[in-house]
Amino acid sequence: MIEKALVGSRRYWGWVALLLVLMGIGFLFYLRQLSYGLGITGMSRDVSWGLYIAQFTFLVGVAASAVMLVLPYYLHNYKVFGRITILGEFLAVASVLMCLTFIIVDLGRPDRAFNVLLYPSPNSILFWDMIVLNGYLFLNILVGWTVLGAERKGVKPPKWVKPFIYISIPWAISIHTVTAFIYAGLPGRSFWLTAIMAPRFLSSAFASGPALLILACFILRKFTRFDPGREAIQTLAKIVTYAMAISIFFVLMELFTAFYSKVPEHVYHFKYLFVGLDGHTTLVPWWWAFMVLSVLSLILLFNPKTRNNDAILGVACAAVFISLWIEKGLGLVVTGFIPNPLDRVFEYSPTWPEVLITLGVWSMGFLVMTILYKVAVSVKEEGAGEAAH
Amino acid sequence: MMESSRRNFLKIAGLSVLGIGSGAVVGSRARGASKAFSPNPEALTAKRWAMVVDLRAGCPDGCKECIEVCHRIHNVPKIDNPKEEVKWIWTDFYEHAFPGMESRYTEEFVEEALQGSPVILLCNHCDNPPCVRVCPTKATFRRKDGIVMMDYHRCIGCRFCMAGCPFGARSLNWTDPRRYLKPEEVTPDYPTRTRGVVEKCNFCAERLAVGKIPACVEICRKVAEKAGTEPVLHFGDVEDADSEVREMIRAHHTIRRKSHLGTMPQVYYIL
Repeated sequence: MIEKALVGSRRYWGWVALLLVLMGIGFLFYLRQLSYGLGITGMSRDVSWGLYIAQFTFLVGVAASAVMLVLPYYLHNYKVFGRITILGEFLAVASVLMCLTFIIVDLGRPDRAFNVLLYPSPNSILFWDMIVLNGYLFLNILVGWTVLGAERKGVKPPKWVKPFIYISIPWAISIHTVTAFIYAGLPGRSFWLTAIMAPRFLSSAFASGPALLILACFILRKFTRFDPGREAIQTLAKIVTYAMAISIFFVLMELFTAFYSKVPEHVYHFKYLFVGLDGHTTLVPWWWAFMVLSVLSLILLFNPKTRNNDAILGVACAAVFISLWIEKGLGLVVTGFIPNPLDRVFEYSPTWPEVLITLGVWSMGFLVMTILYKVAVSVKEEGAGEAAH
Repeated sequence: MMESSRRNFLKIAGLSVLGIGSGAVVGSRARGASKAFSPNPEALTAKRWAMVVDLRAGCPDGCKECIEVCHRIHNVPKIDNPKEEVKWIWTDFYEHAFPGMESRYTEEFVEEALQGSPVILLCNHCDNPPCVRVCPTKATFRRKDGIVMMDYHRCIGCRFCMAGCPFGARSLNWTDPRRYLKPEEVTPDYPTRTRGVVEKCNFCAERLAVGKIPACVEICRKVAEKAGTEPVLHFGDVEDADSEVREMIRAHHTIRRKSHLGTMPQVYYIL
């Protein structure tokens, strides 16, 4: 089936070429990082995780695009999602690949990455994250490719694939839960030490993944003969709506606990986000952008008139995606380190090499997504063509 | 367990290299090699190493010399950029050493008790160390005698331990630390590190192994003796009821940094 990705329009090849160029630039800067060290980034001994781990954290969420389709389709026989379930699974493949790449890119000694396998340490959450992420990648490639292959031949998917489909549903929950546990179990980081960390991860994941999927569906509908179907998109939009609402609700819960209890180590981090701390305000504009965009998206999503308008729905989904990128990506990871354990403020902002490496990894993810979507859409166009004859 | 497997590896590696020679040579060499790994009879041992920092004593030179010596003998690079700094032992003011314990009205007491000098800080060698718990490769581990150690050859530089440590005691080598070490100043007794690995205070495990107390404690005694004051740092086996540190903990009210987090730090402060 992969041969379908080797034929395409000029526009397709132009897009692929652009991604390859961005990947190349990112790779060159990564080589510099390898020879110079992580000092090439804006991270420091005080803010020791930055953009890379933030992308990883956010993209684990985007990978939830799959389960929000697989669950209604396979568990509740919601046929409307039949046409796009494969898109959710392939988006998950691309997202998890990016997650794994961001972890490797973030390592001080990537040449020793296999030490995680050589000295398995079940007490470390990172060990479990490695298992769940690789497992989820495997499940989505296996299920997506097998079901698509069957569709191409015009036969039912083989029976053996069913158990893998059912396993993939709780498995999706596990990737968010385990990733949340990386943060939620650290004694000295009060910003992360919250029992609703995993629920927060799940709710924002169920918003950001499907939001990107809706945007992808719009793009496919515009540039290919594939039509995901209006009802499918509208159902997805409702999933995004409620997941986003719950996600924002959870953030408000955190704010209440911090600001009503007034426990300093809980207040400081949020204070840093809202107004800055000791005159340090790098993240303040970002945090306000998150709040404005999230409120805007909720207004547009809850109102049926705006939600039913595809153009406005597109804007709302972009707002959801960007606002959650700020909240899960920048806000959650970086703010956990500010102030530091000694109650001092050291800020973080990424360097250009760091940004370009990040862009390179995203391009890699989009390339994988493009290739997989090209295959999926070609198969579906073929099927539609044959049915018409 | 890890140490013994490394020993076995060295034994096997040694044997296979020597195996090229005659059998007699192999036998004698292998016996010699295993002897080299028996513990030094002079080594200082304890059930639970701990430190008591008597802040009442006040260091005459503001802890400068002890920091200097520690960093020199452990080949810790001197990096001026605070973002990339590597610190094994350092000082900070009371309100940063014990955040949340300061108040407007206790300021005067702190001022008088500490005579304006900041608090000396280092790895707490916690009994319940979060850094060890989160490490995905066991590159950081807790010894039976309580010392929390680093294996620089196993660390993958994921920095989970830095997020896990509530005391800011861990540093990553953001770039090649050897660039900051002058060749003539490098101590051959202790390894230098590569870029991309985490490091921290090891309670001078390499000195304890040859019968010497930690360098900071040794220099602190000398500085105090010269100035005619009492030393700030005290080190010993806290499990031994007759030890000096146990005696001090018995006689005085001690505080530990962020003890409410349950990591059970083993550096005790007397104010």
